[in-house]
Amino acid sequence: MSQTRRDLLKKVIIGSIGATVSLDLFRFLSPAQLQAAIGDQAVRWVFLVDTTKCVGCGLCVKACKKENEVPYDVPVTRTWVERYVVTKDGRSHIDTPNGGRDGFVDKKIQGEEIRDQDINKAFFVPKLCNQCENPACVQVCPVGATYQTKDGVTLVDRKWCIGCGYCIMACPYGVRFFHPIHKVAEKCTFCYHRISKGLKPACVQACPFGARQLGNLKNPDDPVAQIIKTQRVGVLKDEYGTKPQVFYIGLDTNVR
Amino acid sequence: MKNHVLRPLWVAIGAVALVLIVRHLMVPADFGVHGKNFTYGFHRQGSIADWQDVGVKYKGKEICKECHEDKCTDNASAKHSRLECENCHGPAMNHPEDPAKLVIDRSRDLCLRCHASLPYPNNPRGRIPGIDPVTHNPGQECSACHNPHKPNLEAM
Repeated sequence: MSQTRRDLLKKVIIGSIGATVSLDLFRFLSPAQLQAAIGDQAVRWVFLVDTTKCVGCGLCVKACKKENEVPYDVPVTRTWVERYVVTKDGRSHIDTPNGGRDGFVDKKIQGEEIRDQDINKAFFVPKLCNQCENPACVQVCPVGATYQTKDGVTLVDRKWCIGCGYCIMACPYGVRFFHPIHKVAEKCTFCYHRISKGLKPACVQACPFGARQLGNLKNPDDPVAQIIKTQRVGVLKDEYGTKPQVFYIGLDTNVR
Repeated sequence: MKNHVLRPLWVAIGAVALVLIVRHLMVPADFGVHGKNFTYGFHRQGSIADWQDVGVKYKGKEICKECHEDKCTDNASAKHSRLECENCHGPAMNHPEDPAKLVIDRSRDLCLRCHASLPYPNNPRGRIPGIDPVTHNPGQECSACHNPHKPNLEAM
């Protein structure tokens, strides 16, 4: 049998293509199997803050600290409330005494007396972890101790964290801190233990005015998802490209 | 081959083997890529369950009704019905077993969170009845005159 060079090359090419085709090509996946395979799922937790409803009572901060055993009298907190008072001279006066844990009872801001007639506008802005779609804090972790769950919450593995503090530096929103007892990085988890059991986060439950709400962006019938999709909402520090998932109603340019 | 070449080679191979053995023993079996990719999902899978298993402390006002129905009915028609019982009574945790009695916060500071007057324009705080804590019965507990479950200024 004679074989030309052309025949040989043909057989080699056909043979190598045949060897690379796997039987998996002919397997059909159910939609559920496909979803599981690409890590997609039916839940994406998001948060909605209505700053027009917040009165600065700070009950959210108190509830958060107690629910999550964040030391009460140490100046660290997973969530806090900021007060902005913009006066007629264009200055904005900002404070958050104890993170707003005890509410705002004094008209003075940072010791400065502000006359009522000088105020143009004043509002309160609750802050918490933005559970970013592209969390900068997770990218910088050198040991894989912080990660994003499939339902979109960024968590810290307390057993694996070495306490290097890179994530605390990386977060553009300053929501991370060093836990004084566990000696690891600490952050808001949207009360992952509560939302996994079908409960509301502690701050959402404690808020008497409905200024804080949790929702599932992937559920089209979810009231919070509806508001985010159909009404005008803003996010903090959009320019960092982290795609924050805490949305704000009534955000002002003075808010940083 | 010469001994002076082989000896460092064995040392190097031994060091690599040691690192691999230590890594095998120290890194948990469930450590790997579990999320959407390596950048965001490289972690110990068991950590998710660790977080889910944390105990719930604030139980919500629904469970209060089971025993304290009189107080809850009283509160239901009041403006303070928007408040959670636990905002003033503290987290229920496993009450009534543990703790048997909840510590009630009766301090002025608790009421002042909302009722210290801050006359801010276009802010819902300005619409809440407010007082000046310095001049309004200083040092007195609010509950001495006001009923916290069902406050009513008209009836006073």
